[in-house]
Amino acid sequence: MTTTTPGTYAPKPGAAPLGRMIAAQAALETKMLLRNGEQLLLTVVIPTLLLVLFSTVDIVDTGEGETVDFLAPGVLALAVMSTAFTGQAIATGFERRYGVLKRLASSPLPRWGLMTAKSASVLVTEVLQILLLTVIALLLGWSPQGSPLAVVMLLVLGTAAFSGLGLLMAGTLRAEATLATANLVFLLLLVGGGVVVPLDKFPDAAADVLGLLPISALSAGLRDVLQDGAGMPWANLGILAAWAVASLAAAGRFFRWE
Amino acid sequence: MRNEPVVQVQALVKRYGPKTAVDGLDLVAGRGVTAVLGPNGAGKTTTVETCEGYRRPDSGTVRVLGLDPVRQSAELRPRIGVMLQSGGVYSGARADEMLRHVARLHAHPLDVDALIERLGLGSCGRTSYRRLSGGQKQRLALAMAVVGRPELVFLDEPTAGLDPQARRAAWDLVRDLRADGVSVILTTHYMDEAEQLADDVAIIDGGRVITQGSPEELCKGGAENTLRFTGRPGLDVGSLLKALPPDSSAAELIPGSYRVVGKVDPQLLATVTSWCAQHGVMPDSISVERHTLEDVFLELTGKELRS
Repeated sequence: MTTTTPGTYAPKPGAAPLGRMIAAQAALETKMLLRNGEQLLLTVVIPTLLLVLFSTVDIVDTGEGETVDFLAPGVLALAVMSTAFTGQAIATGFERRYGVLKRLASSPLPRWGLMTAKSASVLVTEVLQILLLTVIALLLGWSPQGSPLAVVMLLVLGTAAFSGLGLLMAGTLRAEATLATANLVFLLLLVGGGVVVPLDKFPDAAADVLGLLPISALSAGLRDVLQDGAGMPWANLGILAAWAVASLAAAGRFFRWE
Repeated sequence: MRNEPVVQVQALVKRYGPKTAVDGLDLVAGRGVTAVLGPNGAGKTTTVETCEGYRRPDSGTVRVLGLDPVRQSAELRPRIGVMLQSGGVYSGARADEMLRHVARLHAHPLDVDALIERLGLGSCGRTSYRRLSGGQKQRLALAMAVVGRPELVFLDEPTAGLDPQARRAAWDLVRDLRADGVSVILTTHYMDEAEQLADDVAIIDGGRVITQGSPEELCKGGAENTLRFTGRPGLDVGSLLKALPPDSSAAELIPGSYRVVGKVDPQLLATVTSWCAQHGVMPDSISVERHTLEDVFLELTGKELRS
């Protein structure tokens, strides 16, 4: 039998400082995400392959200019969607299913702290994705234009919109349903969201509707700035902001923790 | 302060749709170890989860360490430790990684390495949670409940699925917690676990506490107790009965095996042995059968199977 010094377990309760808790949670979430092979396929391998493949092989007519100048903004939008929406929805869905969210809810970490940590982990992952994809695109001859501030605003609002949608799905559907739906939506939006296929390839009416999707707004906004050197793409920022407000409000309202 | 109850539940009602899971339950748990026993579906987990702040009562009041678990959750959470019946860990996390993480959420956690050693979690190595055995998962959940040095620990069926060695290790840990002044509320199906560990036992059925007391008190009350002895067959039970107090009974169940049912106390034992002496009977064995917690439990909750 193990002998333990009396007093070892004497109560000494207390929450760690809030900043430390959130940092620890964000670090763990990021580690879990990077360790997950299927997630890496979605967040790194697929965007990279699309970028390389579609830039070097003439598959889709992307209009005038270098193909990579058209593709890189779309693939950056796809990277944001893969992490903030698909990856986050699937991971959170299974955390809910396996009682991780429940267990953490009785820890000293407040719920908003958990959500802040999740967002931080999504942002860290996105930074890594964007660095990698930018380097590859530059090697493929990409010459980005425009204001970095506009790019950052688009990425942040896009992340907010996709996070809201991902969490809404994770917090209301069964984990398996989330897994299937999130992957399906990823695929549909990849094709129909102006990522690699220009929206003007679709019939006009369809293109108008598709243009209102968050992925289209993000990829079109990034393209306006990075390809065409436009100033603030207010219309697309507006669409993303509307999606962000609606989806985060719905997630806040309908998310079930277990 | 010392005698203030750690958990106080009054007239708690909790419904899930048309089903009433908890139906006006009253429970007061003092310091020490309180076991909550009950058949499946009796309302144990719902009651405990209401105390942990997971569920909002439909009516009634719940106070844990004097706090409202829902409205004063931020204040309460650092002071309690929770072991869920299952899960609670990232499927890709390693045992030590998760335990260290929970420790980091607290201001003065236990020494994680010592806890890993004590609960034999070192053998989990670099295995991810989803590949751990049921027993390893269970021990990790127990470690996660105590690592923050809480005042009060909730353990929901802490030894379900553990092998006998791990079960002893878990029991020893609960005893050490108690000795160091940590209060424990545990739900269990195992009567021996309650008898071994609990200062106080509450039996729940149909969403209410049907009896509560120390294991000794519960076993004392209720049905009559039994004394058995064996001797040569065909003794005159009638003359034994005359020697016994009026409310007793005596019978030869099978040849040579006798049973006396009545208020078993030192007086009764002396009466039986002196009757044996008078009749030249040498009992090969004589035993007093105390009521076990299991008898009490089955008497109160019935013997039919529950869902």
